[in-house]
Amino acid sequence: MKEITRVDPARNAELEALEPLPSHYVDTSPFDPGEAERLTPEQERYFQASQWRIIWWRFRRHKLALISAIVLVFFYLCVPFAEPIAPYDPNTRDSHFLYAPPQPIHLFHEGSFVGPFVYAMTSEVDLETLQWVYKADTSTPHRLRFLCLGEEYTFWGLVKSRFHLVCPPKGSTMFLLGTDRLGRDVLSGLVHGARISLTVGLVGVAISIILGMFFGGIAGYLGGIVDSLIMRLIEILRSLPELPLWMALSAALPVTWSPLWIYFGITIILGLLDWPGLARAVRSKLLSLREEDYARAAVLMGAPPGRIIRRHLLPGFSSHIIASATLSIPTMILGETALSFLNLGLQRPAISWGVLLNEAQNITVVTIYPWLMAPVIPIIIVVLAFNFLGDGLRDAADPYKS
Amino acid sequence: MLAYILRRIAGMIPTLFVISLLIFLIIELPPGDYLSNQISQLQAQGEAASVAKLEFLRREFALDRPFMERYGVWVGLWPGPNGFDGLLQGNWGWSFEYSKPVGEVVSGTLLLTVILNLATILFVYIVSFPIGIYSATRQYSWGDYGFTLLGYFGLAVPNFLLGLILLFLMNQWFGVSVGGLMAPRFIDEPMSFGKFLSIVSHLVVPTVVIGTAGTAAMIRRLRANLLDELHRQYVTTARAKGLSERRVVLKYPLRMALNPFIADIGNLIPSLVSGSVIVSVVLNLPTVGPILLSALQSQDQYLAGFILLFVAMLTLIGMLVSDLLLALLDPRIRLGKGAAA
Repeated sequence: MKEITRVDPARNAELEALEPLPSHYVDTSPFDPGEAERLTPEQERYFQASQWRIIWWRFRRHKLALISAIVLVFFYLCVPFAEPIAPYDPNTRDSHFLYAPPQPIHLFHEGSFVGPFVYAMTSEVDLETLQWVYKADTSTPHRLRFLCLGEEYTFWGLVKSRFHLVCPPKGSTMFLLGTDRLGRDVLSGLVHGARISLTVGLVGVAISIILGMFFGGIAGYLGGIVDSLIMRLIEILRSLPELPLWMALSAALPVTWSPLWIYFGITIILGLLDWPGLARAVRSKLLSLREEDYARAAVLMGAPPGRIIRRHLLPGFSSHIIASATLSIPTMILGETALSFLNLGLQRPAISWGVLLNEAQNITVVTIYPWLMAPVIPIIIVVLAFNFLGDGLRDAADPYKS
Repeated sequence: MLAYILRRIAGMIPTLFVISLLIFLIIELPPGDYLSNQISQLQAQGEAASVAKLEFLRREFALDRPFMERYGVWVGLWPGPNGFDGLLQGNWGWSFEYSKPVGEVVSGTLLLTVILNLATILFVYIVSFPIGIYSATRQYSWGDYGFTLLGYFGLAVPNFLLGLILLFLMNQWFGVSVGGLMAPRFIDEPMSFGKFLSIVSHLVVPTVVIGTAGTAAMIRRLRANLLDELHRQYVTTARAKGLSERRVVLKYPLRMALNPFIADIGNLIPSLVSGSVIVSVVLNLPTVGPILLSALQSQDQYLAGFILLFVAMLTLIGMLVSDLLLALLDPRIRLGKGAAA
């Protein structure tokens, strides 16, 4: 509300003598034609922000996706730091503890607080059922040691070290998730398995992105016969059931290869069948962006196709690609798990969650030693997290929508 | 309609050709072949007589010829040692591991594979249809949230793990083994009513296991489609005219939302077939899955190739059926683009 201009009485008479008091309201404040379009500081911040910044703001509102991202970061910490995090070497066999059940962590011993500790286990053979029977010796608590020196390992195959986050107490074992048929610690297996299981998806998706962008790019940009040929190929590839083909391809990997090569072979196989979906998305996005004015302007200024695709069109749909790539990571993780589970993928001494699950292939084993199914839990968590993250990214990917 | 069907079937021929070439390429990828591996093994042991026999077999199966010729012989487009005798002529190849024709090895499992996949598709549609409608018409209700959550888990838990967990739980709670497709006493028995019932009861668990992920995806799809339609103005008009809620939903929005629902079979079938292969291995079902696995491991190439081609055919036929259903349902597709303009 503007206040009516007050005029002081002394000048009033003067003015009245000059001209009659105007009968209508006059606003003497200077007139600014741009006033209606003036932005609040908040709006200004929004309009001047880069595309990625707006995506981040939109993404942040998606609480579930944000939590998933944090969970994933924790899981991915196992990739570089598997050795110090795992209490044991995943391939060390303890012949005294075959199929040992998980040892629970206790806090109170005979009513008094001791801090996290385990009871030592003793093993006996039950001669009637011919099974190992484990009894906890509850007389003495063995406290866990934190940030301690334990089993020796070579970090990244380079530096020898004995530092661990948690070590088994002296005089007892610490199989928090039990052991398998050769007495190998399941928990350490999980931590080390994360290394392969979690990176397989990333490398595979990278391959699939490269292939998808290439084929989708040339199909969308060149159009015509190339486009219809590639689209036909995509249709055919998408109509094939993935898993049997993955199985066939990984069965074709030479058995003489080292685990590292098998690993790369499998990621390539996973990426090889995944690109059609991505290529299709790239193509349709390219087709619509190609018609935009700024793309036409670049063409008229004589920019070569490669430059137009890279400089002008790619930024327009890179966020989409990241979102859909995130959604296809879980498929790849599950693919690797399935292949290793079926003995067609990686094998010991390489460890992935699928390799660990391989132990749980037999129903009798699963019934008697259910803790061998432990890898199921991180798999489900990671796949769910990637799905939520991908959903959040997809919603945030188009910042100028709505 | 007939012209549409014919056109659609004719379109499948080049696709099949490309797929068979692709599959042949894949099964030929491992260096050597089953017979030459055996030959080198026998030569190391110095058994000349067996080597000569295997050499004869190698010629017999045209394994000594160049790649494209071998492919032609396999499909039956090129004369092999016994003239035109390939897939097209009904000769599905020879299984080296079983020393039997591939047809004999897989004959009992093909029908069960088809039955299992059909049952799964039916399960997916029967379950996801009402739930999808419910979720869309009662958006943000407790039921909707519940199904959404369940759907996320359905998508996240890989089906072979679900199979494993169900095996474990069934054994733990009810003490029954759910493996196999029929009770052990019916195996190798002629089909009877009892056997049929046994198969049906054993189909339940694998169907649920394989179909869960697909069901979850379908519910999401139908819910989104129907929600889009329900926000259209014609729905408001229908409500304003006083139509019952039931009629408002069923008359047009559902029909419109059904289109992508049916068309989605194209995405659904490959994943279902994939699932049925691995779940069959876990649950020990007598389908082509376990045979494929062992064939791949022992490099029994014609057996593996035939099974791969069979599952690919299964998905192609499924897509054909979905296209035909779509045409039946939607006159715009049936009559072609010309009529719509």
